[in-house]
Amino acid sequence: MLLNGLAAGCIYGLVALGFVLIYKATEMVNFAQGDLLMLGAFMAFALIEHYGLNYWAAFLGAVLFMAVFGYLLDTVILRQVIGQPQFAVVMLTIGLGFLFRSGASMIWGTETRAFATPFTDGVTRVGGFVIADVNLSIVCGTAILCGLLYAFFRFTRIGVAMQAASQNQLAAYYMGIPVKMIFSLVWAISAGVAAVAGILLAPVSLIDVTIGLIGLKAFAAAVLGGFGSIPGAVFGGLVIGVIEQFSGIYLPEGFKDVAAYIVILLVLFVRPQGLFGNIGRKRV
Amino acid sequence: MRFFFKTDYNQDINLFRDGVDRFWYGLLIAVLLAAPFLLEDFWLGEISYVFILAIVGIGLMVLTGYTGQVSLGHAAFLGIGAYTHSVLLNLGVPFWISIPAATLLSALIGALIGRPALRLTGVYLAIATLAFAFIIEQILIRWEHVTGGFKGFPVPRPEVLGHSMVEDVPFYYITFGALVLAVLVALNLLRSPTGRAFVAIRDSEIAAQSMGVNLAAYKTLAFSISAGFTGFGGTLFAHKIGYLAPDAFNILLSIQLLLMVVVGGLGSLHGAIFGAIFVGSLPQLIAILRDYLPEGIARQPGLEPGIFGLILVFFILFEPLGIYGRWLKVKLYFSLFPLYKKATFKRQKTYTKSERNR
Amino acid sequence: MTLFQADNLAINFGGIKAVDGVSFDVQKGQVFTIIGPNGAGKTTVFNLISRIYDPTSGVLRFEGNDITGVPPHKIAAMGIARTFQNIELFEHATVLHNLLLGRHAHRGGNLASQLLFLPSVRKMELEHREKVEHVIDFLDLQHYRDTYIVNLPYGARKVVELARALCTEPKLLLLDEPSSGLNTEETEDMAFWIHDIRNELGITVLMVEHDMTLVNEVSDRVLALNYGRVLALGTPSEVQSHPEVVKAYLGD
Repeated sequence: MLLNGLAAGCIYGLVALGFVLIYKATEMVNFAQGDLLMLGAFMAFALIEHYGLNYWAAFLGAVLFMAVFGYLLDTVILRQVIGQPQFAVVMLTIGLGFLFRSGASMIWGTETRAFATPFTDGVTRVGGFVIADVNLSIVCGTAILCGLLYAFFRFTRIGVAMQAASQNQLAAYYMGIPVKMIFSLVWAISAGVAAVAGILLAPVSLIDVTIGLIGLKAFAAAVLGGFGSIPGAVFGGLVIGVIEQFSGIYLPEGFKDVAAYIVILLVLFVRPQGLFGNIGRKRV
Repeated sequence: MRFFFKTDYNQDINLFRDGVDRFWYGLLIAVLLAAPFLLEDFWLGEISYVFILAIVGIGLMVLTGYTGQVSLGHAAFLGIGAYTHSVLLNLGVPFWISIPAATLLSALIGALIGRPALRLTGVYLAIATLAFAFIIEQILIRWEHVTGGFKGFPVPRPEVLGHSMVEDVPFYYITFGALVLAVLVALNLLRSPTGRAFVAIRDSEIAAQSMGVNLAAYKTLAFSISAGFTGFGGTLFAHKIGYLAPDAFNILLSIQLLLMVVVGGLGSLHGAIFGAIFVGSLPQLIAILRDYLPEGIARQPGLEPGIFGLILVFFILFEPLGIYGRWLKVKLYFSLFPLYKKATFKRQKTYTKSERNR
Repeated sequence: MTLFQADNLAINFGGIKAVDGVSFDVQKGQVFTIIGPNGAGKTTVFNLISRIYDPTSGVLRFEGNDITGVPPHKIAAMGIARTFQNIELFEHATVLHNLLLGRHAHRGGNLASQLLFLPSVRKMELEHREKVEHVIDFLDLQHYRDTYIVNLPYGARKVVELARALCTEPKLLLLDEPSSGLNTEETEDMAFWIHDIRNELGITVLMVEHDMTLVNEVSDRVLALNYGRVLALGTPSEVQSHPEVVKAYLGD
């Protein structure tokens, strides 16, 4: 039961992680993050079902494809609105989300799809507990991905450059950091993370074009974590996942669907900086 | 090029700048009043829909275009207005009471949600309003003995002196009157100190505060007024769609409303109206477009949201000032012909200005 | 007569003492200038006075009243107006609109009367306009009246900001680096206006300024700050020749 919640929470956490990465680097809020997840899942589906690749090859292929997609998305479209008000970016990504959904439904149709994974239907026994492999795969996958990202930002040159660019864009630019490329790379990573989340989620919830709505719930995770904090996003995701699971059991029908949103409102009204974040004031 | 000779401070306060403006707007009103004698009922219905959208657009424009606060949940206020009005009608309350009551309730809920939300800026506010809209939608679904749950209920058709007021022609005049009223109230708001304070908050909160604007009070007020307009539009919207169900007030509608103000042109009432005309006629345009598209694409259910998305992306990238901005440019082009410089409205290069600290 | 008094003012930002035990009084009718190297805490003092920051300790008194707990939006109505170092105008509005907002503290009429735009509201608007026109004449802004701020040159924006502050009819005017970014002629104009604001309008001026020529020209009293502490207080020439001040500006 708890693990179900944690697994759902991991997915929220991964999507939230994507938001936060982009927000930290470029101050853009990507309302199309959930739709990137959807595209990632469909790519894996297409690679497995239409091109007969095995699961792992399709996994890698879909993630790489989405990373390239994210990179191009930034270079071609989002770069145009750098420096425009945040509102413009919000509207732009909402528009892009609609386009992705519409595009996916034209290519793959609106039916629900599923593909076979090594984890489907398998169970693992730990002590007296029976754990579904799909949930285990989500939790482990998330943990591995977070470890990789941590190492990337902490120890690689380009990861450090990304942090610099997110601290002060102009200063980073003067220091010779190719800020534009860094931003595109951040989008690539973020899209890649979304694809991982989508593929991990696929055996649990099946895929259709509206799966991207999960992105809206992931906002709750990002907000809870403070919107600027990567560990906060993952932790926030876990909390939301568990709250949702338990409100489904203990509260009247309907609460499960809106639990995430109630959490958002509570957090924003009580502690708008989230659990881990801080809000600065404009200097005059 | 026309010159305005200003000889009196009142000229900056009056609704029309001069006799020429008064003439054109008067003509427009006269044509709209005469429309039922010239057009078929189908078109009257479509135009009433545009009028309703325009009322809602004005409400959202006050909040987003003038006060600079983004709401992704305005469909919820539309829903609150529509449901409150219809439920009251079902209880036997006459419509001339239920419409103001629904408007006031929307404004009140707007104030309640706006009050805590005022500490939030930019994207946080957008997310909070989004969450609010989902919760309202869920309430509409679950509060079954009032709202009829998923299935919803038909909207009563009130009668005045034996005439149904939701027939095409009377309904056209009612919505037209409502729009004129909404425009007048909005214009009065914007030319008074309150409207100026809204614009001040939009452009610089810190300066507004130093000049004596109580940010908390005015942001709440903007939210409340905007919700009131939207709820007012909602009461008429209920009659237009004739049957209320929660999925009529989903996130897609909220986005369509935002699309309306963005496409029309943020920061002007003209923009709200142009946007309403555009969004109101979009379904017709898409229907026409379907005839010209290849069979495979034309029958896709995803086509309509896709086109919405495409329009949104297109406007943000290429015409952030919206249709009204384009209109001003075209006017300038003709008045300066042949001296119009292409660079007049060129966007300057920018880098990210942090909105984290404000 | 003492118009404004800061008593032992202090504020910490995460352990850094940005302002530390600063006390000074401003007499009515004076031009009082705060100088100091970058990061000395000058603007922080302004932000404390306009109540954007809450002081960690210390008291602010205006006309004898303690204003340390007054919310920032009530400061304007009490008679304190300010300008900003990096110009905070309402960019997508006209000059006239900006100046009319300066009248916000003197607005009247409730929301309902404004929504109906009753004759009383119109009368009030005309009165505000009259006041604003006086300021426009005073600062020679006539030809910018209907221009949008985004289309104004930098120098004109500085003047509009000064005008907006004057529209609130302040008793104490806070000017944050009025000459920064201005050319020599514009700075001269600014010096004239500061003179006139004090002599003709009788407004007390408290300013932060780097341009020592302007400081010498207009100031009655000068306060030198460094690292949030008071270095010297006195007439312009006294402060400039003070050994601590010379050290702070030129190094050892």
